Amino acid sequence: MPGRELVRVEGLTKYFPVKKRLFFSRTRSFIHAVEDVTFTVQKGEIFGLVGESGCGKTTTGKLLVKLYEPTRGSIHLGGQDVVQIRRGDRLREFRRRVQMIFQDPYESLNPRMTIFDIVAEPLAVQGVRSLAEREQRVADLLSKVGLTPPETFMFRYPHELSGGQRQRVAIARAMVVNPEFVAADEPTSMLDVSIRAGVMKLLLELREVLNVSYLYITHDLAVARYMCDRLAVMYLGKVVEIGPAEGVIQEPLHPYTRALIAAVPVPDPTYKREPVEIKGDVSAPIDPPSYCRFLPRCPIGDATCKGLPHPSLKEVRAGHFVACHKL
Amino acid sequence: MALLDVSHLTMHYTTKMGDVHAVDDVSFKVDVGQALGLVGESGCGKTSVAMSLMKLLPDNARILAGKIVFEGLDLVPLPEEKVRKIRWKGISMVFQAAMNSLNPVYRVGDQIIEAIQQHLPLSIEEARAKVAKLYTLVEMDPKLMDRYPHEYSGGMKQRAIIAMALACDPKLIIADEPTTALDVIVQDRILHRIDEIRKELNMAMMYISHDIAVIAEVSDVIGVMYAGRLVEFADTVTIFKRPVHPYTIALMSAFPSIKGEKRPLVHLPGEPPDLLNPPQGCRFHPRCQYATTICREQVPPYQELESGHYVACWNPQREGGANARA
Amino acid sequence: MTDRTTYKFEPLWKIRLRLFVRSFRKNWGLFWESRIGPLGLFIILGFVLFMAAHPILMSTVWDPRVYDPIMGFDPKLVGQHPAPPSWAHPLGTDPIGRDILSQLMWSTRSEFALGITSAVITVTIGTLIGSICAYFGGLIDMFFMRLADLVMLFPFIALLIVMQSIIPMDLLKLALIMGGLGGFGSITIVLKSQALTVKVKPYIEAAKVAGGGSFHIIRNHIIPNILPISFLYMMFNVTSAIFSEAALSFFGLLDIRMSWGIMLNTAQDAGYLGAFGYYWWLWAPPGAAITLLCFAFYLVGRGLDEIVNPRLRKR
Repeated sequence: MPGRELVRVEGLTKYFPVKKRLFFSRTRSFIHAVEDVTFTVQKGEIFGLVGESGCGKTTTGKLLVKLYEPTRGSIHLGGQDVVQIRRGDRLREFRRRVQMIFQDPYESLNPRMTIFDIVAEPLAVQGVRSLAEREQRVADLLSKVGLTPPETFMFRYPHELSGGQRQRVAIARAMVVNPEFVAADEPTSMLDVSIRAGVMKLLLELREVLNVSYLYITHDLAVARYMCDRLAVMYLGKVVEIGPAEGVIQEPLHPYTRALIAAVPVPDPTYKREPVEIKGDVSAPIDPPSYCRFLPRCPIGDATCKGLPHPSLKEVRAGHFVACHKL
Repeated sequence: MALLDVSHLTMHYTTKMGDVHAVDDVSFKVDVGQALGLVGESGCGKTSVAMSLMKLLPDNARILAGKIVFEGLDLVPLPEEKVRKIRWKGISMVFQAAMNSLNPVYRVGDQIIEAIQQHLPLSIEEARAKVAKLYTLVEMDPKLMDRYPHEYSGGMKQRAIIAMALACDPKLIIADEPTTALDVIVQDRILHRIDEIRKELNMAMMYISHDIAVIAEVSDVIGVMYAGRLVEFADTVTIFKRPVHPYTIALMSAFPSIKGEKRPLVHLPGEPPDLLNPPQGCRFHPRCQYATTICREQVPPYQELESGHYVACWNPQREGGANARA
Repeated sequence: MTDRTTYKFEPLWKIRLRLFVRSFRKNWGLFWESRIGPLGLFIILGFVLFMAAHPILMSTVWDPRVYDPIMGFDPKLVGQHPAPPSWAHPLGTDPIGRDILSQLMWSTRSEFALGITSAVITVTIGTLIGSICAYFGGLIDMFFMRLADLVMLFPFIALLIVMQSIIPMDLLKLALIMGGLGGFGSITIVLKSQALTVKVKPYIEAAKVAGGGSFHIIRNHIIPNILPISFLYMMFNVTSAIFSEAALSFFGLLDIRMSWGIMLNTAQDAGYLGAFGYYWWLWAPPGAAITLLCFAFYLVGRGLDEIVNPRLRKR
């Protein structure tokens, strides 16, 4: 199934200025939300981006759909550099190929628009002028996402639908332009538990039916294991481990990944988890040091790590990369 | 005698559009020092049960039937002044998203002191000393007492809320989604700490959550709620290894896990029912693959299936049904 | 695209109309429940009838030479003007012999026109500028906010006096000026803050990802979501427009022919306002009319508040 490379991200970096109170202060601080991130997503693959809050996964997703412009680095879609695209036809073409599903099913739909308007909006902006064609395509997508019969859903408002149904609408909206690549930002975290399974299954089905590749952003490692083929673990803006999902989760190499996996509760009362080996609390990525960002919390880091710059990703096993000096 | 004995608790909300059957005929017991986990989706009534126990109900809510016997005293007919004495000292509560309910203009320590002084006859110095001890108990530096909520991280705020709940040495703490908004590493630490504290102080706890993984780790006994009813109740291992109610079985299979065999998730079709107009008979029957005629017509009684294992179902699936976890 | 079933739909305009009617009905229900809203509406309706009655009366019962609001004069009561109410003149006459009731009725039309025109202009400008400032931020935002500060400090009265000497003022020009100045003032700030709450919603990001440009987002997402608040503020703007005109006319700062304010001004200039109890028919009718109409629009605004600020958060 995974074949050619669809998305290539290299050295992707995004800094946000911290607003200082003094209007004319010279020195400014920056939040290093995403720093030097490199990975690829193959065609037909579901690539997971996991980490705790503040690690930069959502920012990375937004960079990939061009909601933010990167401070540095490159993003290639199907071989073409897309960072330079700013406006016009090329931007419109990009927006047809790359879409996003947002986390909050309640707030990502305009409450004043009908379901038809919401799902048809990307079509309208892409220049599909014929109303009949828009109606047909929207109805087609609504039935693909399980909102059948589509006629009964087309002209309702979001508040008349449940959370699960709204998220299906959001998925329909993302898929209506036939994108090649969809960034899904925690699509099920705000849904009821018995609804999540249905939405996750839908996303898997649509991958087959519509030939889409996903960037699946989540903090829930169990979900990542279920959904993703490969995944990357992020910490304070940096990727610390990349590899096949099952491999990374069952045999984590980086000390942060190990702590993260060990901390996940398991729905089996007879299972005894390993102790979580990590110190301290997460800090904000403001003006981080040049050495390994995980060092203050790392159970195996020492003075040598402090003397070296932040480690880069090394292939330790086949297809499994880790950024650590101690491995 | 059990610490808390709830029998046939029924509570409805009156709204413009009718009566919401939030809690119907719920019965369970919690022993001294025991941890009960109440699990179910949003809208199943678990928070309503907790609010009923604390008698912190809004004006349009009424307890229609049942008894809440805490340390031998039935709370249902008790007037507000007497209930207030039991609140916080007998039963205290950590509300859902409580960390967002810290008043931003007061120091955190002061807010806890205020709560203490309302229930215990302590002077300010004594209260301050107690808060310092509580902070140490929840693994926070007592100096943080004099900081404001915005200077706390999410995990720290939650620890402060837990400290507040522990302030009057209650016998029972109700924790409603205590770690839902927290990152997994912080969640792990706090859950462990709560568990340790509970065992140290021999305190009973009632955990409310939709996350069965968390419930699995912290509970001794588990109650599964659906649409305002308690559908199954047993000790933790039994619920996970030998569930019999179709909803429990489906719930277990709806959660992905990072351990164990990777298998497809079970998708439960449909939605939880509207409690303004709950279905006749068993409330789960519209979504149940084992539903029979009697399920559609009569409410299944809540009965003891085997020792300590209760279920409300006409067709309990003893073999774990087709989709049980191995 | 795989083969698909063709779906049949009713014409879109029909569906939209039906949806509009349904939502109108629902909002009307909420408006009705507020109880003060319908009261305000009822009063306004009363004024509309009052206004419509004038041409009818003028062409039937009333002799135009006597009852014309501006040029009329009742020769029968010469020497007694301002005459107290009588059968011929239900609200009496003014110092120069004109029927008060006729004046009151005739002015209603221009008061409505002034209030509504001014309010519509203000709110339109405020909505547009507020949305643009909120969406773009930066220099555009700073510019309009400083402009709003200036406008709020503006000596409005001085401007009017100056303008009066250049061009003859009538109610339409007054409406335009008041509307324009109001539009760049505090309402822009209020609507901008509303627009900001919309701008940070995820559906705006979703619209960007769908390919929407700034114009598309402002027109299709931001403005529709602040329109209810704009409409609400429009009601309050009508109130202030009518009241401002009345005050300005009373102080003789406007050179228009007839309005409720002018009626008060006429009474004042002729020296009859000193004796309050006597000659009450000179100040009470226009005063009451101004107060009542302003109050009515205010009530409608409060009724709309119930719809615009829902207490129940639908989730």
